[in-house]
Amino acid sequence: VSAPTKADPASPAGSANALNRRRPLGDRGFAILALASGLLVLVILVLITVTTVQQSTTWFSDAGFSGIFRVAFDGNTAFGAMGVLYGTVISSVIGIIIGVPVSIGIALLLTQVVPLRWSRPFVYVIDLLAVVPSVVWGLWGIIVLVPWLQKIYLDIASGLKGIPVLDTLFGGANVGGASFFTAGLILAIMITPIITSLSREVIATVPAIDKEGAYALGATRWEMIRGAVWPHSQGGVVGAILVGFGRAMGETIAVALVIGDSVEVTPHLFYTGHSIAAIIALQFGEATGGEFRSALIGLGLFLFVLTILVNLVARYFVERSARRARGA
Amino acid sequence: MMTAASDSLAQPVDLREPSGWRRSKNQIMTVLMWLAFVIVLIPLGFVLVTLIAKGAGAISWQFLTNSTIPPNVMPLGNGGMGAAVVGTLEITGFAALLAIPLGVLGAVYLNEYGGNGILARLISFMSSVMTGVPSIVMGLFIYLIWVLHFGYSGMAGSFALACLMLPIVIRSSYEMLRLVPDSLRQGSYALGASKARVTVTVVLPTALSGIVSGALLAVARAAGETAPLLFTILTVEQTNPNLFSGPDTALPLQIFSNAQSAYVGANARAWGAALTLVAITFILMIVARIITSLFTRNSR
Repeated sequence: VSAPTKADPASPAGSANALNRRRPLGDRGFAILALASGLLVLVILVLITVTTVQQSTTWFSDAGFSGIFRVAFDGNTAFGAMGVLYGTVISSVIGIIIGVPVSIGIALLLTQVVPLRWSRPFVYVIDLLAVVPSVVWGLWGIIVLVPWLQKIYLDIASGLKGIPVLDTLFGGANVGGASFFTAGLILAIMITPIITSLSREVIATVPAIDKEGAYALGATRWEMIRGAVWPHSQGGVVGAILVGFGRAMGETIAVALVIGDSVEVTPHLFYTGHSIAAIIALQFGEATGGEFRSALIGLGLFLFVLTILVNLVARYFVERSARRARGA
Repeated sequence: MMTAASDSLAQPVDLREPSGWRRSKNQIMTVLMWLAFVIVLIPLGFVLVTLIAKGAGAISWQFLTNSTIPPNVMPLGNGGMGAAVVGTLEITGFAALLAIPLGVLGAVYLNEYGGNGILARLISFMSSVMTGVPSIVMGLFIYLIWVLHFGYSGMAGSFALACLMLPIVIRSSYEMLRLVPDSLRQGSYALGASKARVTVTVVLPTALSGIVSGALLAVARAAGETAPLLFTILTVEQTNPNLFSGPDTALPLQIFSNAQSAYVGANARAWGAALTLVAITFILMIVARIITSLFTRNSR
């Protein structure tokens, strides 16, 4: 605006110069604002790592290697990570074992069986599961599900008495409603929507020509799924499962309410246990002592690193299969 | 080779429907897929029915507005959850105010500015990884970086929720911006508009409904989160009118503490609060769905 006299309206170069001179303030400011917002993601991730590492050094130095790799965590003298880590992994694995077949079944149903224009109501129903808050699943779990499951668990335990492996897994003297298995069940419900929607996205990218080819060879729908859909979407579905696994490990409140609040490593799945996220939620408020608090923050760091790793691998799978679909 | 080929030619080709086991297997698998869907309906239906059966009785005008949260031992009918309702709306609202603009701007960077550069790809990848960071870790993080220095406040809770929402908003807005046709951008550039102007006046309005519905879903998810609030807002029994200082309270926290209680009154209040919370999140989700369906109809 300041130098219109210099610009020669007849010369394109001149007018471009005027434009360039006018551009910087607003345009570059907006670009910088956008870049800063994007960078915020990286900044937050780095800050999480820095602050939790900083605050957990007391635990690392006081407990030492052997102190960290022990089972017990009593908030007093023992601050081991293994017991809660075991609970996190076991409950998540149970959640995956139950949730994955169901999720993949629904994803296939919605993409291959139900016609596309009728699938929307089904998707809404699955999304409802995702919108029910964690604490509501926990409330329902502890008040309705746990007493009900307790009876079933006791029946199962008495029925399986004496059978070698099953008695160890599902039997025992201390079978109770709040347990690893109950936590796993709740987790299965909670991770089904995310695994379903990610799998659905991947499966939807299978080229129609592959599917039609399979049908043209006389395949039934199931044979078409096995032969055309599955090989194409395998990697992406594995990624979706891993995302679900990461979610299950980080799930806090629902697990805190139904897992039973006792740190144990036991093969009995119907026994009470604990998880990393749950122990932080339940005990951080009482943790006034230096090492106690530091240990809980250290466990938070463990959980953070664990879920980041799982998600890195998961996203690698998902994006690779998405790229392949675009290339194909 | 010749004999093998002529042998197979000699056999008549079977053009009938797939027979026997192949057909049964297909049917079994189809039934199993439907069964998977029904299996999911059971807990969903069960939880919704229980929620309404146990929660509806607790809800009254007094329950929703009375700002004194009674102690666990008190039976239903004393006080109410007003403080928690106000807290949830304030804290989630402020979190949305922080996370949505930043998330949309981040998505603008990824789609409009970053191009295929290494930084943009890194941010895009890390933002999808960040959606998997557990909510309890976000709570710890804000506790360490904010609460330790400035004390408990509703705003600290908003920060934690905003950290959770940010990557979700970035991802969903990014997907929407990618759908905006390039011809629109080129048309605007041809009219001499600057990049910022094209983005603000052409690209963002085109993708607006998709962005809004994605953002509302993120808000709905954040409104139900408990873990990030545990160590950031603490909990109080009275409405805290000041979002920016002093401990606050929210519906998820009240559900969590009342669910752990053995008293009947506390449990009833937990169900009432849960029904209120689910109603809030469902309303947000339904609004998001309506916006999405309007959008898809328009684009067709």
